[in-house]
Amino acid sequence: MSEDFKDNKTIQAQSSETISGGGSGVSPDIDHVRPAEVEEQDLYHGHSFITKWIFCQDAKVIGVQYFLLATFTGIIGLILSWLMRLQLGFPGAASFMTAEHYYQFVTMHGMIMVVYFLTALFLGGFGNYLIPLMVGARDMVFPYLNMVSFWMFFIAVGVLLASFFVPGGPTGAGWTLYPPQTILEGTPGSGMGILLMCLSLILFVAGFTMGGLNYLITVLQARTRGMTLMRMPLTVWGIFTATVLAMLAFPALLVGALMMSLDKILGTSFFMPTILKAGEVLEYGGGSPILFQHLFWFFGHPEVYIVALPAFGIISDLISVHSRKNIFGYRMMVWAIVGIGGLSFFVWAHHMYVSGMNPWFGFFFATTTLIIAVPTAMKVYNWILTLWRGNIRMNTVMLWCLGFIVTFVNGGITGIFLGNVTVDVPLSDTYFVIAHFHMVMGIAPLMVIMGAVYHWFPLVAGRFLDEKLGKWHFWATFLGAYSIYFPMHYLGFIGVPRRYFEMYDSPYVASATGMNEFISLAAFLVGAAQFILIFNIIKTLKTGKPAGSNPWKACSLEWLTPTVPPEHGNWGDRLPVVHRWAYDYSVPGAKEDFITQTTPPSEVVNTGVEKT
Amino acid sequence: MSDPKIEGYVFKPGFKGMAQDTGSDQTMFKGVHWGKAMMWIFLLSDTFIFSCFLISYMKGRGSTLVEWPNPSEVFALDAFGVPVPLLLIAIMTFVLITSSGTMALAVKYGYEKNRKMCGWLILATAIGGLTFVGMQAFEWSKLIHEGVRPWENPFGAKQFGSFFFMITGFHGTHVSIGVIFLFIYAYKTFAGHYDERKRGWFTTMKGDYVEIEILGLYWHFVDLVWVFIFAFFYLW
Repeated sequence: MSEDFKDNKTIQAQSSETISGGGSGVSPDIDHVRPAEVEEQDLYHGHSFITKWIFCQDAKVIGVQYFLLATFTGIIGLILSWLMRLQLGFPGAASFMTAEHYYQFVTMHGMIMVVYFLTALFLGGFGNYLIPLMVGARDMVFPYLNMVSFWMFFIAVGVLLASFFVPGGPTGAGWTLYPPQTILEGTPGSGMGILLMCLSLILFVAGFTMGGLNYLITVLQARTRGMTLMRMPLTVWGIFTATVLAMLAFPALLVGALMMSLDKILGTSFFMPTILKAGEVLEYGGGSPILFQHLFWFFGHPEVYIVALPAFGIISDLISVHSRKNIFGYRMMVWAIVGIGGLSFFVWAHHMYVSGMNPWFGFFFATTTLIIAVPTAMKVYNWILTLWRGNIRMNTVMLWCLGFIVTFVNGGITGIFLGNVTVDVPLSDTYFVIAHFHMVMGIAPLMVIMGAVYHWFPLVAGRFLDEKLGKWHFWATFLGAYSIYFPMHYLGFIGVPRRYFEMYDSPYVASATGMNEFISLAAFLVGAAQFILIFNIIKTLKTGKPAGSNPWKACSLEWLTPTVPPEHGNWGDRLPVVHRWAYDYSVPGAKEDFITQTTPPSEVVNTGVEKT
Repeated sequence: MSDPKIEGYVFKPGFKGMAQDTGSDQTMFKGVHWGKAMMWIFLLSDTFIFSCFLISYMKGRGSTLVEWPNPSEVFALDAFGVPVPLLLIAIMTFVLITSSGTMALAVKYGYEKNRKMCGWLILATAIGGLTFVGMQAFEWSKLIHEGVRPWENPFGAKQFGSFFFMITGFHGTHVSIGVIFLFIYAYKTFAGHYDERKRGWFTTMKGDYVEIEILGLYWHFVDLVWVFIFAFFYLW
């Protein structure tokens, strides 16, 4: 007891000393930060075009490479969705659109958007660019491995796209790749298509693991002086936790993909039950298709949060900067991110309610699913409370933030419907599900990406994006996305099944024809509106308004580099020293409405800064 | 193990120390080399891969309708005309576990900057690993000779062959990769790359004896996984 008591006393004494130091003027160790523990990182500086821009070891260049390649893949996914909507809204309008092609496009659209676009963009793109800058490191801790990570991703994308050109085309089994139909004749792309898909996923996982190790160790072991975990911007927290999830969830995908390829190539029966085909018993037998579903969704559900958590983190920072207020409940936000991450491993079977399971099993997974709503709702409240009475700048970034909150709440509420077994059973496999996950996992993270692009473009390129074009882009996307997905909820309620190539003449579906046409038209417009951003980037890269240093008056470290855009090594001669959290906005008594993380306490005496 | 010396930082014992380290700046694992921390996290991820394999195996074995072959008959080896159950596996396991011992010694001599001893022990570990892979190849060929295939199995459930070849194959790949790195590291040790802190061929990072410990972590992990595979395939 006496030991504990003494310890507490010393802590109290220390803190009261600092506080009184802050009150009475300059005291000698008020600005003291422990000396560096680790020697300076030894970096390889590229000196040719190839080592500087192609096989580059600078995390910022790798981040941009990831961003560009993921965007390129995403545009392919977008074009596939156009083709699908063309068929759904106007059946028979495109002569090449057979049922086989439709299923192939559905599959490739899903896989591309979830894995090769959103995951790669958030973790590979934003993670690489922002983590070292935000924690005050010179680079990722293993730059060579980081480079290999990108090129593995490049090969994975190459293999995936190659499947469009093999005999039989890409796999058409749906992005969930459920066996047995995935590898049986009659499913489009059941030959080379599915093999290339599995190979591509395995390569992606291998490449991601290399990147993921970098992100984790950089956050854990390479922060700058004064940067504690609880002073990190929430962006880093989101990406960090998502990476932990990825490191633990991708193994299940890897194993599933490997076993599936063996079922295809070697004729093993991991997932294949005894099958009767045209009166003949196939060679397969004794396997369990449900096993694949478990493996897939043990990856698949954390995957949702691998996309969502970085989005949560980034949006928190954007809202805080652009409403000039500290994020409401920072610690709560951190624990909510960590809690959602932990819970996401215990909900996977809610994707399998209709696969047949013990009712108690469904009960358990419905309960855990609904529990996730608690930390998620806390985050939404905190975003709103951050905006509350803030000095809001109504710029494009803020529009995307507001758009995100609304869309995310919408998609989240339908998630509560689908999380309950009894409600899910009639709604599953209808357009309601499509509406739900496109709202919550498609449009909401996309809004964050857009907001983040408008926010950090001045850092990456040194110039602002055009605000006017940005606002057009936002309104077209926001209104358009609602025109697409809101009616889909209704389609789901009247029972229109998803993944159908054509609805033919069933009377209740006929009543939805007009709505389907409307959705398709909106989809064409929203897709086209995304090219405004590309035009905007190309236009402003050369002629945009120069941003200068710290244009948004932000507190976090990435804006405080000696040069804008930051150079290799980020910090010039000396690493930054951090004295506070990343959210000291509108502090009473301070000269400006923000105090950067590197401002020592002696410069802001007599202000009401939070003690972090 | 004693705590590393860090200027201006006082270590505390137990959970309090853990909380203090977590709440501190710069590093969470004080004094832990980046590469070592990375290997631990990689191994955690790899644990999930092997867990997925083994859980799938349990599920497959549990739900098959055809009887599972008896391991003490399938894996028996004729010694002087008498079938001895698990003979080969016992030797394989012994060799692999022994190589873990030589690896641990190599790490110790590495930190003592005893270049020669360290190099020889890494080489011994590599040879142990190679012997293991060789014996596994022998076991595979014996089973294949008897008609066991990934897609069929004359002794019972066909999933036996599938899971056996897949999981031991995946583990064998891990061992083989380890063996390749052990040979490379043995060369680098003998050539004095770690004493001279010579830069790596690809990574351009300065060499250090800690790399041997990092490889050692991997090697011990591969051995540990083998213990589980041994238990699940040969003893169940």
